[in-house]
Amino acid sequence: MSNRIVRPAVRARILSAARTDAPRTRVAGRHMGLGKQLMLQLLLLFITFTVLFPILWVVSMSLDPRNLARPTELRLIPPGASLQAYIDVLNKPTTNPVSLQQLAFNSFMLAAGSALTSVLVGVFAAYGFSRFKFRGREVLMLAIIAVLILPSVATLAPLFVMLNRITIGDFNLRNSLFGVGLALLSGLLPFAIWNLKGYIDTIPRELEEAATIDGASPNQIFFRIMLPLAVPALAVTAFLGFLSGWTEFYLSWQFLTNPQNFTLAMALYNMTGQFADTTPWSRFAAMSILIALPVSLVYLSLQKYIVGGLTIGGVKG
Amino acid sequence: MATLTQERANPRVTAPPRPRKSLFRSINPYLYLIPAFIIMAVMTYYPMGFGLWMSFTNFGLANLRVNSAPPDIVWFKNYFDILTGAVAIPNFDFLSMLAFNLFWTFSNVIFHVSIGILIAVLLNVQGLKFRGFYRAIFVLPMVIPTLVVANVWKNMYDPDFGAINQALAALGGLIGLAPATFHIRWLEQVDPAIPGIPLPLSYFALLITNIWLGWPFMTIVATGALQSISKDFYEAASIDGATGVQSFFSITLPLLRPAMVPAAIYGMITTFNLFNLIYFVSGGGPLRQTEILVTTAFRLVNEQRLYGVAAAFSVYIAIILLIITLITNRVSKATESYDV
Repeated sequence: MSNRIVRPAVRARILSAARTDAPRTRVAGRHMGLGKQLMLQLLLLFITFTVLFPILWVVSMSLDPRNLARPTELRLIPPGASLQAYIDVLNKPTTNPVSLQQLAFNSFMLAAGSALTSVLVGVFAAYGFSRFKFRGREVLMLAIIAVLILPSVATLAPLFVMLNRITIGDFNLRNSLFGVGLALLSGLLPFAIWNLKGYIDTIPRELEEAATIDGASPNQIFFRIMLPLAVPALAVTAFLGFLSGWTEFYLSWQFLTNPQNFTLAMALYNMTGQFADTTPWSRFAAMSILIALPVSLVYLSLQKYIVGGLTIGGVKG
Repeated sequence: MATLTQERANPRVTAPPRPRKSLFRSINPYLYLIPAFIIMAVMTYYPMGFGLWMSFTNFGLANLRVNSAPPDIVWFKNYFDILTGAVAIPNFDFLSMLAFNLFWTFSNVIFHVSIGILIAVLLNVQGLKFRGFYRAIFVLPMVIPTLVVANVWKNMYDPDFGAINQALAALGGLIGLAPATFHIRWLEQVDPAIPGIPLPLSYFALLITNIWLGWPFMTIVATGALQSISKDFYEAASIDGATGVQSFFSITLPLLRPAMVPAAIYGMITTFNLFNLIYFVSGGGPLRQTEILVTTAFRLVNEQRLYGVAAAFSVYIAIILLIITLITNRVSKATESYDV
């Protein structure tokens, strides 16, 4: 069986995972006894407990107002729970002279800038690969996939050296958020092309054929038909890019030296491990939640679109 | 991934044939690609080529400045040094690191897939109450950024203040064990956790964390596949006298395969390159025993500043991943015939 036939089938199957209300079930027409139901519920409650344990631990720690260096006991709701740790983090997240607002702004600009660029440029290339037949198509597509196989750490050294050489006056491209964004883009763009091409491949061609008969040019078809249809995929791809920018660590850690350019991920790393001797864990917990909550909520709302795309389109971690 | 290398020209790709093809029409496809390839030429392909050149030099801190002397060409010295362990990192052993990295990948994905399928089957049992509640909870590990998860688990493994030891002590207290029994040094203990097996305790700590992270994705994929299996198969099997276990192994598992294989391959590539978890939870410790290729590549740049060696190291990573991709491509092609 050819790949073209299998791929949409697999995609549809993975996508249908998101429909939790699907009526079809596995075991044929048997009713469950009370004992079996109880056993299952106990097992699933245990799994629920393991899933929630780290999350509840962080949430309860973040509510601890006592400013203890380290927690000495497990408590779901600490005595005198308050949002003091969040206020402390907002005022002074780390010992570096940079505010949380600046950190969040930097992370946001880095993530949004590279994600939007990758999607805006990538959708043209994705359409080109999906809908045109031209000389060199296979070779160029392979060139994109070859990049996807490689983890982005692999190009860290040459990117660092290369961007470090670009200096204009006091401005060093390597030591700037713009440089980190460019380095991030080098991995996000091929991912966006591949992910969007996978989606455009599944859009039936009948609409375009009808438009062609009505005299539309390929460019009109792209702007009037394809772009509107691809909006969900554009949103998901942009969000995945945003997510990797929002939690990007090794590029910014390697490139940036000015605290005013630091990102949330770098600040979080400064609050754990060897650098964290003086940071109360309540602040670390509050910081974790502040970083995770916005993207987690968006992920939850886009989840059913994301899972299908990931197994087909993405390999880049 | 599976289908990448077999892009075949689709006869329906082009618009319906026209009598004459203008110059514009023949260059039009390239106009769509030019912006992307200009960016990639500068930011992706040039650094790759530059990195390849760097891998044959002794590029170091001294060559970093714009006007500094160019590095010396040392040809394959970096490549040999990596293989023979002549790198300025204590306990550096490329082959054992590669072996650990592969073992880490396979052991994780086996757990992810099997636990993911089991929980998907549990959630799919007919008549189960609170199904929607469980499904809503079980996606949480997937949607929280790995960076945050890893940093949180690192603190959870703290021997004195971490939640794991405190929870174990609380449980142990129920059967009369002293809290000191559970002063487990999850990430620092150097002695093998199980005598005779050369795996540190931190490997198991990482494994637990990554199982927590990884199974929900597999459950979601498996649930989708389960729901597309027709009930008729099970009815026919039960009429023929098959037990539940028999139908699981001869109906459910084979029919799950086409969906699970691509998901497992995706999981393998992700786990092989799982920088965030290893770097933040164990930091590769103790004594580099849980270090993987990508974390080492970062250390070579960030801590050792051996840019030439790091570039050669990246070439090794590329070759290894290419081999893995070719193998998994073949495996996934072999299982395609299961798609019904």
